[in-house]
Amino acid sequence: MSTSDTPQRGGDAALINASIAQLRNGLSAGEYTVADLAAVFARRIETIDPSLNSLVSRVEPVEPASSTGRLAGIPFVHKDIFCAKGTRTTCGSRMLADWVAPYDATVHERLTQSGAVLLGKTNMDEFAMGSSNENSHFGAVANPWDTNAVPGGSSGGSAAAVAARLVPFATGTDTGGSIRQPAAFCGVTGIKPTYGRVSRYGMIAYASSFDQGGVIAKSAADCALVLGEMAGFDERDSTSADRPVPDYVAGLDESIRGLRVGIPKQWFSDALDPAVGDAVTVAIDELRAAGAETVEIDLPDADIALAAYYLLAPAEASSNLSRFDGVRFGYRCEDPKDLQDLYERTRSEGFGSEVKRRILVGTYALSAGYYDAFYRRAQKARRLITDHFQRAFEQCDVIAGPVTPTPAFDRGAHSADPAKMYLEDIFTIPVNLAGLPGMSVPAGFVEGRPVGLQLIGRHFDEARLLNVAHQYQQRVDWHERMPSFAADSANDNREG
Amino acid sequence: MSLTNDQLQTVAHLARIAVEPEWTEALRSDLNGILEQAGRLDDPRLNDLEPMAHPLDQVQRLRPDTVTETDKRETLMAGAPAQEQGLFLVPKVIE
Amino acid sequence: MSQFAIPSGWEVVIGLEIHAQLATRSKIFSGASTAFGAEPNAQACAVDLGLPGVLPVLNEGAVRMASLFGLAIDAEISRVSSFDRKNYFYPDLPKGYQTTQLARPIVVGGSVTVTTGEGKQAREDTIRVTRAHLEEDAGKSLHEDFHGMTGIDLNRAGTPLIEIVSEPDMRNPEQAVAYARKVHAIVQYLGICDGNMQEGSFRVDANVSVRPEGDETLGTRTEVKNVNSFRFLQRAIEFEIERQIDLLETGGEVVQATRLYDPDRDETRLMRTKEEADDYRYFPCPDLLPVVVDDETIESWRAELPELPDAKAERYQSEYGLSAYDAGVLTSSRATAEYFEAVVAREGADAKLAANWVMGEVAALLNRLECEIGACPVPADKLADLLERIADGTLSNKLGREVFEALAEQGGSVDEIIEARGLKQISDTGAIEAMVDEVIAANPGQVEAYRGGKDKLFGFFVGQVMKAAKGKANPQAVNDVLKRRLDGD
Repeated sequence: MSTSDTPQRGGDAALINASIAQLRNGLSAGEYTVADLAAVFARRIETIDPSLNSLVSRVEPVEPASSTGRLAGIPFVHKDIFCAKGTRTTCGSRMLADWVAPYDATVHERLTQSGAVLLGKTNMDEFAMGSSNENSHFGAVANPWDTNAVPGGSSGGSAAAVAARLVPFATGTDTGGSIRQPAAFCGVTGIKPTYGRVSRYGMIAYASSFDQGGVIAKSAADCALVLGEMAGFDERDSTSADRPVPDYVAGLDESIRGLRVGIPKQWFSDALDPAVGDAVTVAIDELRAAGAETVEIDLPDADIALAAYYLLAPAEASSNLSRFDGVRFGYRCEDPKDLQDLYERTRSEGFGSEVKRRILVGTYALSAGYYDAFYRRAQKARRLITDHFQRAFEQCDVIAGPVTPTPAFDRGAHSADPAKMYLEDIFTIPVNLAGLPGMSVPAGFVEGRPVGLQLIGRHFDEARLLNVAHQYQQRVDWHERMPSFAADSANDNREG
Repeated sequence: MSLTNDQLQTVAHLARIAVEPEWTEALRSDLNGILEQAGRLDDPRLNDLEPMAHPLDQVQRLRPDTVTETDKRETLMAGAPAQEQGLFLVPKVIE
Repeated sequence: MSQFAIPSGWEVVIGLEIHAQLATRSKIFSGASTAFGAEPNAQACAVDLGLPGVLPVLNEGAVRMASLFGLAIDAEISRVSSFDRKNYFYPDLPKGYQTTQLARPIVVGGSVTVTTGEGKQAREDTIRVTRAHLEEDAGKSLHEDFHGMTGIDLNRAGTPLIEIVSEPDMRNPEQAVAYARKVHAIVQYLGICDGNMQEGSFRVDANVSVRPEGDETLGTRTEVKNVNSFRFLQRAIEFEIERQIDLLETGGEVVQATRLYDPDRDETRLMRTKEEADDYRYFPCPDLLPVVVDDETIESWRAELPELPDAKAERYQSEYGLSAYDAGVLTSSRATAEYFEAVVAREGADAKLAANWVMGEVAALLNRLECEIGACPVPADKLADLLERIADGTLSNKLGREVFEALAEQGGSVDEIIEARGLKQISDTGAIEAMVDEVIAANPGQVEAYRGGKDKLFGFFVGQVMKAAKGKANPQAVNDVLKRRLDGD
């Protein structure tokens, strides 16, 4: 792609903070070309990302397939869990460090058909297993708000990239909180749709009955626009929901007057950092100020949810990751002496320790004699948690609460104790167990680190979540804040 | 419920993952930590609940029996660690 | 026919697990072709290879075919069935697990009637089927040496299978083979499996155990794999029975294990013992949802059912007056029944004559040429022509056989052959009378003796006339004329 003769000198700061809708207008008004736009963000990636490590691969932008699509000419990056034909797709693992995907994920097909322009693949916890992005073969990712802090995980690279304004939006996946938690830690907006809303075809599986693709962007409005293009029935995914996708953008401006917002009282306990609790409470007051009513609801048994999740997800993973055996693709150990050796060394050298840990837990949970005590029992717990949500939604339309118990923690803080790290997901995991849609919306800062407000809806009620988040973002500007060093770099770009 | 070294080795073999001695202890305590959490599932309220395999109660959609794939061997095998004459190669399999 | 006999004092218990490849166009979870004999891995798509990120979608044809089998054996078709994962590592198993049905198979129960022995020894038994479930086939390991490596071809991976599991209802090798043959016939009648045992489309594993007669508890069983013909199945089971009884009689004990039948050595070899068996860690496949079939669909499938072997055999007996045995033989395979029916379809055909020829001459020819009836050098319509000529007296049975051989060797039409070889039988009474008179004139002594009461000599005269007619005289006509001439005046 060629840039125009008059590149947008000095326009970068404006462009990188513009909404997708504004960028589309600028493009169709001819203020800049698709190539200019791609160049602006490619330049930022080049100058800023080395200090973030949010990308594992950069992709040469290609002419978009559509010039009229709702995302025509809009640059984006994929979490490196989505297959894009001809691009390296690593899933953050040594196992796939050199694997070039030979086919397209449905999500990639849809976004590119809508005209979006891929600029790279983002760093992530290996095979989406982690809450800090410290479990990546390609190294940790820095949080743009505080480079000592983790960006969250597993979609840490995507959240960091959007927070640093390296792209207008990024894809992510959420199995136990992997979109919402990093979005909260990085002060960006993220939505994890209902299970089955976005096709899983071409999205490398971690835990198939939990995994769900979604969007991380600056605002609810941008999320609405992108999700509308990503979502929808896919005949290649048996678990994909065969129902129409509403126009998420159209519903954004509806008033939330009279909306019943459920507040789970158990979530505001001593497990929650008080400062985070305060920020979330203030955000909920904003919703009330916008005309919503709040009702206290019951969402007990978070500990049971956690226990169930950390058996079910590893169990599914232990089976899903068996295909990484060094036979047909990916990493293979040096001259294996026999089959056993091929399997053992390939998998021991190709997988990182967190992945191996979860594979072993899952294998144990499924092994003879333990299935009923662990796996089956955990499936019953999944039902219990789902029933809790159903009862809650009899009293309210959406649920609002914290995304995480604390703001972003320092790198290395939890690496000693995985079980402690797992507590990070205590407010996000129940949503995945029930397959509900959930969002993370920037709701302020604690000691310079972002805090997120979580919104949870009924199955396939994404439109309402986006509407509530958008109405909230009409009244606050948390989502418009940009990390200072990203801003500086924008200025550097302007002067340079 | 706590995991013995032998159990750990059996599980490691099932998963085809080598657990080096120096990692064994740390791993055991990690796993035991997780299995400890699993103790929460003894809650009697779970007894009569229907196990839930999927978040949505949908049924399997059936694909018409038609051939839709063409030979893409070249592309699909491009990433194979070892191949010859269109076959994937592995160390000798003894039956 | 082997002279095997179960030693007295012992009872044998056999159950079979049959894997039948379903004749769908595409694979069970992908749109790749199932055709046999393609270039290695040319029919293994991303899903079959288990590439990262791919997902399965179930083939309607596989569900339909499995259900047809269930309906054919009066089984229950599960309104809700589901898929589980069987986890183990093997190079021909791309995903590291086989997608199969453990908890809720699509077909439950049902039974198959088998007949063993002939005539007075003939007995009928009902063999119960426990279940038949859908699963995916694995690929193939090619063991010919690639500089010390094994080659993996995944074309077969993902081919739909039904695994048909019987109850341990069989008590001897004949019964087991009869059951396997009957299932083989049923899947072919249904057109859901080509039944080719050499190519592995129809694979039989036998669970064999022995116990002292009268014992209630089952003996330790072994599973015998790798039997790719009914004859080998019989031999493998016979060998296993002898092996186990020898062990037990010499104070040893049977070890629960999987054993491979080696046709060259005609013996079974230890493959792996139960202790070595993997822990498969079955769990519900999260990529597939419950499979629901409603009554309406099941009824529409039931309407598709063709006439099955047992019903056909019944009809052959009532409609054609064939014996139970003949009807059984003629319906034992779909191809044989189709051949027979094509022959008797001929206007005025004699079904009994047709049955005798199909089971006699045709069967013998096929044995000699070691070919399937579908490829018989004498097609059904030619045999029908031939039988017509026998019926109308043009040919004797003896000449008929000569024409049949000619058809088998160089083809052509029945009448051409009769013409060319001058095989037309002489039925014209005038000509026969002339020959008879010559014979009488030529043998005055014998005529005397005969008339004097030596009736045995009648045969001599028949022989002489036939000699004169070079065997082509209609035997009946010859008899009549001789009788008149000799006994008459």
